[in-house]
Amino acid sequence: MVELARKLSLPQRRLPGSPVLLLLIAACIFLTIGSLRSTIFAQLTVAGVATGVVFGSLALALVLIYRATEVINFAQGEMAMAMVYVAYQLMLWGLAYWEAFFLTLAIAFVFGVVTQQIFIRPVQGRSVIAVVIVTVGLFILIDGLVEWKWSANQRFMQAPFGNKIYHLGSVPIARQDLGTIVITLVSVTALWAFFRFTKLGLGMRAGALRPAAARLVGVRTNALLAVGWGLAAVLGAVAGLMTEPAEYVLQPTLMQPVLLYAFAAAVLGGLESPGGALVGGIALGIFLNLMGQYVHFVGSVLQLPVAFAALLLVLLVKPTGLFGHRTVRKV
Amino acid sequence: MTALLELRDVHARYGPVNALHGVSLTVDEGEIVAVLGANGAGKTTTLRAISHTVHRDGEIRFAGNALRGGPEAVARLGVAHVPEGRGTFAELTVWENLRLGAYTRRGNLKDDFARVGSYFPWLDDRRHQQAGTLSGGEQQMLSLARAFMQRPRLLMLDEPSLGLAPLLVTEVFRIVQELNENEGVTVLVVEQNAHIALQLAQTAYVLEVGRVALSGPSTDLQQHESVRRSYLGY
Repeated sequence: MVELARKLSLPQRRLPGSPVLLLLIAACIFLTIGSLRSTIFAQLTVAGVATGVVFGSLALALVLIYRATEVINFAQGEMAMAMVYVAYQLMLWGLAYWEAFFLTLAIAFVFGVVTQQIFIRPVQGRSVIAVVIVTVGLFILIDGLVEWKWSANQRFMQAPFGNKIYHLGSVPIARQDLGTIVITLVSVTALWAFFRFTKLGLGMRAGALRPAAARLVGVRTNALLAVGWGLAAVLGAVAGLMTEPAEYVLQPTLMQPVLLYAFAAAVLGGLESPGGALVGGIALGIFLNLMGQYVHFVGSVLQLPVAFAALLLVLLVKPTGLFGHRTVRKV
Repeated sequence: MTALLELRDVHARYGPVNALHGVSLTVDEGEIVAVLGANGAGKTTTLRAISHTVHRDGEIRFAGNALRGGPEAVARLGVAHVPEGRGTFAELTVWENLRLGAYTRRGNLKDDFARVGSYFPWLDDRRHQQAGTLSGGEQQMLSLARAFMQRPRLLMLDEPSLGLAPLLVTEVFRIVQELNENEGVTVLVVEQNAHIALQLAQTAYVLEVGRVALSGPSTDLQQHESVRRSYLGY
C-alpha cells in the first residue's frame, strides 16, 4: 500500500480541523440512524444527496474559477443553462440522449475556453470588480441570446434515466436520483484525477497558486486559465443536464436557483476547497430536503432563506468555511 | 569560450521608475558569474530583465539568439530562474515542486529524480511533505533541486544566502559549485554576501544604482580597494 501510494504520489493530506471532522461524522451517524428507523427519512436523504451533488458540482465549477481567476463567475449557471439548450437542440436534430450528452460536454469545453479568451482575458489582471462586472454582463448576454434563439417558453427534453424505482430493503430509490449521483460523482472524480495526476493539472494548480513562479518554470498560465474555464463549463454543463430532469421542464431560468445554492455550497465548503464545495453541496441538499419534510413552516417558499440563514450561522462560527484553511508556511 | 548570455545596454523599469540604466554583461558557457551590489543597485532587476518579468529594453542574447517572449518562453529555452523568495510552491508537495521544475521537459524523469536524490538525499523522505513546511534552508535546497530538474543551460539564483545560517550558506554554495562542475550548468548568481560569491565565481560584476561600476575576474575584484572596503569589509 505504501509503495502504491508513493507510485501514485498521493500527498499526505492535511485533515480539516477536527471539530469539522467530528461534525461531519456526527451528521453521517445521524443520517444513518434516521435512515434505518424511517423509510421516508432514508428516501429524503437519498433524494437530498442527488440534489446536493448537483449543487456541489456547480459549486466546484465556481471554486475552480475562483482559484484560477480569483473571482466568482456569476455567469456559471447561465453558461450551464445554455449548454442544456445545446443538448436539447442536438436531440431535436436526432441525436440520442447520451450522444447529445457527451457532445454537449465537448461543446461546453470549447465554449468555456472561448468565453475566457474573448471576455475575461482582456480584463484579467485589472481590478476584481472589473472581472466580476464582466461575468455579470455575461449572465445577461447569455440569458438574452438563449431567449432570442429558443424563446422563454418551457421546453420538454428526453429524460435520461426514466421513471424506474429501485427498492433497497423497503426504501424506494428513484433511478433518476441514482443516475444523477453516479454521473456527477464520476465527472467530479475524473476532474480530481486530472488535477492530481496529470502534468497539465499540476501546471494549472501551480498557475492558480503562484502565477509568477509558475511562469518561471515554464507554465503557460494564460493558456491554462482558458483550459480552467473550459473544465468549469463542462462541470457546469453536467450540473445543468442533471438539473433539467429534476425540474421536468427546460426554461432560461433553469439554473438561477441552483446557482444560488451552489454559491452557498461553495462558501460553506470554504471557496478555496474543491472537496469542501462538494461536501457543502451535499450537506445543503440533504438539509433542504429534510427541512422541507420535518420543519413545517419552511415549505418550499422559505427553503432559500433558510439555507442562507444556516450558511450565515456556519460562517459566524467558522469564517473560512468548513474546509477553508490558512496555508502553513515557514520563512 | 563562447558567450552563453550577453546583455548589452539593458534598461529596465518598474512603471515610471528606472531600475537599470544600461547594464552590459557577459556570461560564458560553463562559467559561474556573480553580480554584487548594495540594496537597490539593480541586482534582482538584472535577473528579472533576463527572464522578462520586468519591463525591459536593450539587447539580450542567449546562446546566440535574441531572447524573446515572456518568462515561460525564456524558461523553455533553458533558463532556470530561482527568484527572490525562492519561487517555492508552498502549498504543493516536495515531489510536485520537483515535477514542476521539469515542466518544460518531455520523456522519462526517473533518472533525473535519481540524480536529484544524489545531491539532496533527504528530499526523497520528504517527497510527500507540503513544501511550505520545510525549513528555510531546506526550501533553498528544494529550489535548487527544482531548478536542476529543468536541466537548464543557465541557472540564475537570486540571493541564495538570504536568511540562511552561515553553515547552510556554505552548503548551498557547495552544491551550486557541484552542479556547475559535474553537470556543466552555467550559473549567474546575485548576492549580497560578496565574500562567498567571489570565492565561488570566476567573474564578477559590481552594480551601483543600475549601472555596472566594476567588473573582472573574481580574484582581481577581491584585491580591489573599493570592493574590499564596501563589500568585503576589511
